[in-house]
Amino acid sequence: MGSTFSVQMLNLAQRSVVRTLRQPAVVVSSLLFPLMFWGINSNGLDAASRIPGFPADSYLDFSFAFPLIQAALFGAVTAGADLARDIETGFLDRLSLTPMRPAALLAGMLMGVVALGLIQGVVFLAVGLLFGVQIQAGFGGMLLIVLFMMLVALGFGSLGAILALRTGSTEAVESSFPLFFVAIFLSSINLPRDLIQADWFRVIATLNPVSYLVEGIRSLIITGWDGQALAVGFGCALGLILVTLAGAAASMRTRMASS
Amino acid sequence: MEDRKAGIEVEGLVRDFKKGPRAVDGIDIVVEPGEVYGFLGPNGAGKSTTVLMLTTLLPPTSGAARVAGYDIVREGRQVRAVIGAALQEAALDPFLTGREHLNLQAALHGLPRQERKKRGDELLERVGLQEAADRRVRGYSGGMKRRLDLALALVHRPRILFLDEPTTGLDPQSRSALWSEVSRLARDEGVTVFLTTQYLEEADVLADRVGIIDRGKIVAEDTPEALKADIGRPSVEATPIEPNERSAVARVLVRFGNELPSQPETVAVRLDQGAGDLADVVRALDREDLRVRNLRLEEPSLNDVFLAKTGRSLEGAGDAGHGAEAEGEPEEARA
Repeated sequence: MGSTFSVQMLNLAQRSVVRTLRQPAVVVSSLLFPLMFWGINSNGLDAASRIPGFPADSYLDFSFAFPLIQAALFGAVTAGADLARDIETGFLDRLSLTPMRPAALLAGMLMGVVALGLIQGVVFLAVGLLFGVQIQAGFGGMLLIVLFMMLVALGFGSLGAILALRTGSTEAVESSFPLFFVAIFLSSINLPRDLIQADWFRVIATLNPVSYLVEGIRSLIITGWDGQALAVGFGCALGLILVTLAGAAASMRTRMASS
Repeated sequence: MEDRKAGIEVEGLVRDFKKGPRAVDGIDIVVEPGEVYGFLGPNGAGKSTTVLMLTTLLPPTSGAARVAGYDIVREGRQVRAVIGAALQEAALDPFLTGREHLNLQAALHGLPRQERKKRGDELLERVGLQEAADRRVRGYSGGMKRRLDLALALVHRPRILFLDEPTTGLDPQSRSALWSEVSRLARDEGVTVFLTTQYLEEADVLADRVGIIDRGKIVAEDTPEALKADIGRPSVEATPIEPNERSAVARVLVRFGNELPSQPETVAVRLDQGAGDLADVVRALDREDLRVRNLRLEEPSLNDVFLAKTGRSLEGAGDAGHGAEAEGEPEEARA
């Protein structure tokens, strides 16, 4: 049973990666747009690094968490849209007519998201280093950043899967993108929370779990090994994965209840 | 428990949808192992809803059905292991190649790696897709997609095959190739085939027995020959040389039987006394000095059967508005 499950999962993951890589527009935009936003932000907001109490000397380093988190978001929307398309076209029905276990489909799809997260993480680190980003936690920190990115991709990917399975609509999944985007902007992505002037914004950023994901990654870049930030960041990522994965599994059960 | 001698048994199967009328209304069907059963009906008659239920993709509202001896509600996993299905839309991933589809399908069915390739090659050859095997499916024509769909349904050597309107939209050559393959499967491999179609000719050519469904109910069921024999009498169709003589020709022909629906320029009647009336028809037209450019005697068709059972012609009967499945109700219901 275990080997059947792993064969099913690996084949579905392979399909997920292959179909993503065969959509160059998706791959390029998932790499290009986060880097573009990073470039704009780090130039336009560079003066922020001179605010007293700003935790980094360079805004380029400070804002490097942005493309990493945004890329994971792209991956989530892509994966969710792909799954919704499978529902719309009847491909999910085709899969349902095999002895495939629904968990294998979910795991396979999410492995594809994680693989994309891995590629994005490596590319962004390479580009970041090329443009002078200094990772204070060194090579070990870089590995941890990639791992962190894969976890965030898994969490967001599961969220995308919930949307796809609940709505069965590509449009609905894709139209959720701005909401994800707002969630990133309403976090500490652009400024440390204690430097956010507007009270309402600071409160939202404090309540927003994205802030802790950002701060976990950022600590490796600008601080080094900060146990507390990492513990909170990883805890938040794992919590996100736990909640969204459970939600995705429940949604999958509901979707396939008739099968 | 699997019964290798079992085909499909359906008893009082019903499917309701929240919106619209009852899609399937208490149907009973028995399909013997190795038989090709043609399920004929217009759009929205309940054909696809029945297939979705029998393939476990849609739960019935009431009634029961066993496929290969397994209950479709309680033993869905076992049913899926022994059936193959090509549903109405060839659901394929445009970014994968034909070979990759077959490999994925084979892996999900648990075929060992070596066997996957062998089986894939064998099926690609059988459906004539060897040359296109490594091309992405988005470049396939409709016929190629249908053939790949059939190959995917056969990967795990199913005992029972469901084909939901497999030739809709295909060119005559692709249609003929698919018919040959379906016939071969039933004849050489003993596969039981449940085939839905709205094409009379398809049911006539392929099916050992035909069930005619209309508005969710089975209105007739037998071999195509027996169904046509039940209608009995042939019809005659005449096309006047002068279009303005159509009414005059009709007045003559109705002396020999009831008028049937036909093309605007032609007149058709079911002959009361059978083919023997034909000579009298010719003499009567001659007496009235009415000349025709085409006079054709036609044996009863399955369309005549449908007409006799429902009072409507099969062509265009789907417009009558039963339509629950035609508008995607099954998908809504699953969601």
